[in-house]
Amino acid sequence: MRTDLLFDPVDGLDEALAAVDAFDGVLVDGLLRPQPAQVAGLTALADAVAGTPLAARVTEAVEKAVAGAASEDHFVVLAAARTALMGSVHDALTARIGEVTGRPRAAETAPAADGEEHAVNVLAAARAWLCDLARTGWHGIDHDLIAGAAPVVSAMLPDPLLRRQAALLDGFAAELAASCPGTALERVPERRWADLWSRALLLTLPGAARTPAVSPATGRLLPLGVDVQEHATAVQAQVHAVFEPADGAAPRLVRASVSAPKPDTVVGAGLWQLLRPRMSLLAAVGEGRSMELDAMPLTAEGDLLWDDERARAGEAADPFATARVILSTATDPVTAPLDRHPARIAVPVLLEGYAAESADDGTLTFDLAGQRLAVDTDRAPAAGPLTAKAVATSGACVGLLRWDAGEFVLQPVAVETTVRKKTVAVHAGAWAGGTTDKAGARAEKAATDAVTVLRERAGRLLRK
Amino acid sequence: MRVVPPARPRKLAKVPFVELADGRLQGVVSSGSDIGRVYVSSIAAGTYAYACSTNNNRPCGGARGGFCNHIRALVAEAVLQYGAERVARYLKAEPGDGELDGAGLVASLAATRPAPGGSSAAAPVFSRFLRHLTYLELEPVTAPLPEMHWFPSTGAVA
Ligand SMILES: [Zn+2]
Repeated sequence: MRTDLLFDPVDGLDEALAAVDAFDGVLVDGLLRPQPAQVAGLTALADAVAGTPLAARVTEAVEKAVAGAASEDHFVVLAAARTALMGSVHDALTARIGEVTGRPRAAETAPAADGEEHAVNVLAAARAWLCDLARTGWHGIDHDLIAGAAPVVSAMLPDPLLRRQAALLDGFAAELAASCPGTALERVPERRWADLWSRALLLTLPGAARTPAVSPATGRLLPLGVDVQEHATAVQAQVHAVFEPADGAAPRLVRASVSAPKPDTVVGAGLWQLLRPRMSLLAAVGEGRSMELDAMPLTAEGDLLWDDERARAGEAADPFATARVILSTATDPVTAPLDRHPARIAVPVLLEGYAAESADDGTLTFDLAGQRLAVDTDRAPAAGPLTAKAVATSGACVGLLRWDAGEFVLQPVAVETTVRKKTVAVHAGAWAGGTTDKAGARAEKAATDAVTVLRERAGRLLRK
Repeated sequence: MRVVPPARPRKLAKVPFVELADGRLQGVVSSGSDIGRVYVSSIAAGTYAYACSTNNNRPCGGARGGFCNHIRALVAEAVLQYGAERVARYLKAEPGDGELDGAGLVASLAATRPAPGGSSAAAPVFSRFLRHLTYLELEPVTAPLPEMHWFPSTGAVA
């Protein structure tokens, strides 16, 4: 591991992000009647993609937007240009991480084949709402405008092929609703909302919801750790793991994801309870076991499309042993073109021999031969034993390398600490399959009670 | 990074639904006597104008001259779910000195002698509650949702 490279500047990064920021500023006041500063922001975006295949279409879209006459297609082109810039940032950062880990990279993937169009009407409704947002601007949002997302989300949610769009729009709309009216906003999270807006807009295009091509994966799956993501009404758990093909081919880094919509009052252990029944891997992770896969669908991007029928529990497997023995030889997956964005970089690494340092303000860093890597302990799920304190006293860490606010950040998913001269491992996902831990069991009981009440209420009130 | 902090765990038997929305603290309160009946209760930000009626739009008898028990329960549970500070800020309440809790917030709101408001908001609140319940009936999926990376868990207990 060349961790020293994490602290070297990345060429071109500041320039690309400056163009992104210029465009993001445009969305603050919206594109109904663009002012000179907004014209400059739009022009910066066009300039940044000049000389790329996008140039002509972006120039046209910018001209229309400057005149306050951008159509939906023009907004899509602007979102695509911004996404391409973020894609270039993603590529530079993952190339750097590749130099750090020294791991082999998978070959580029071919674009997914054309398929039939799906749910055209509801996607068009989503696009119309997103374009209204761009015209109105963040300072112009109000409850009526944001409420326009609700029927779109309600129409999308029952369709499993639209879960990605639904979860994004639902989380984004809730955040905007909590920020209404926009006129009273003191600070606008410009890059974040422009990220969510442009991704949501591109995901309304035909083909964006297409299932990627898969190949059958047969062999042993060795879990490394779990990453949990949630907003008020959705949760996703992603298990990062090394897959050893039975045919003796090189090991690969893969992810297995499971997600579910949820009421906002289902939190903590309730998240595991929602996800557990759909993915036996969560129980295996909790028990520290490997799993044997039999023709499990695996995408070229390294995503296992989990099916319990195609997995059975394997032998005990310690994630730290996996990380020490196999991780450095495993192939890193290549990200799908549309998904290239720095915010979704999450690369498993093993760090040892660091000195953990807690600052007075509670921030934690790992000192790696004199250089300080920021450590983000907030991302660990509430229903789990991995605390900031455990990380601060650790001597080895399996974590996800991320990039946030201009620097690389480590998200621990498991640490080794020494308790009474014995090495003890603490895993963020230790309670994924349930727990006998006292605090964990209390959280399980509380979550079960909450869901029981909601189901009772639903049974009585919904079908009347 | 996240704009909306996650809800805190609480018991849902009495007040299954609470939200800070449309300029009101509003929610659904289960009837103590009839398991098939719920009340929709609300307090408006700024004026603290209050309303309470059943989901069938019958006015609550307890909410004629002031806060009924449903409204009191609503405030208490909102404080558990969002924290007293966030609820007070949303309602533009200015509670007195000292530790702020649910009872203290109710008392400081009631002390302003707010007027009853209309019950017109009951139907949309109740339908949002029903929509919220439907989320429990949706199946999990195992295709990845890459955009969830924008919504990290923020739950670490120190
Ligand atoms: Zn009442």
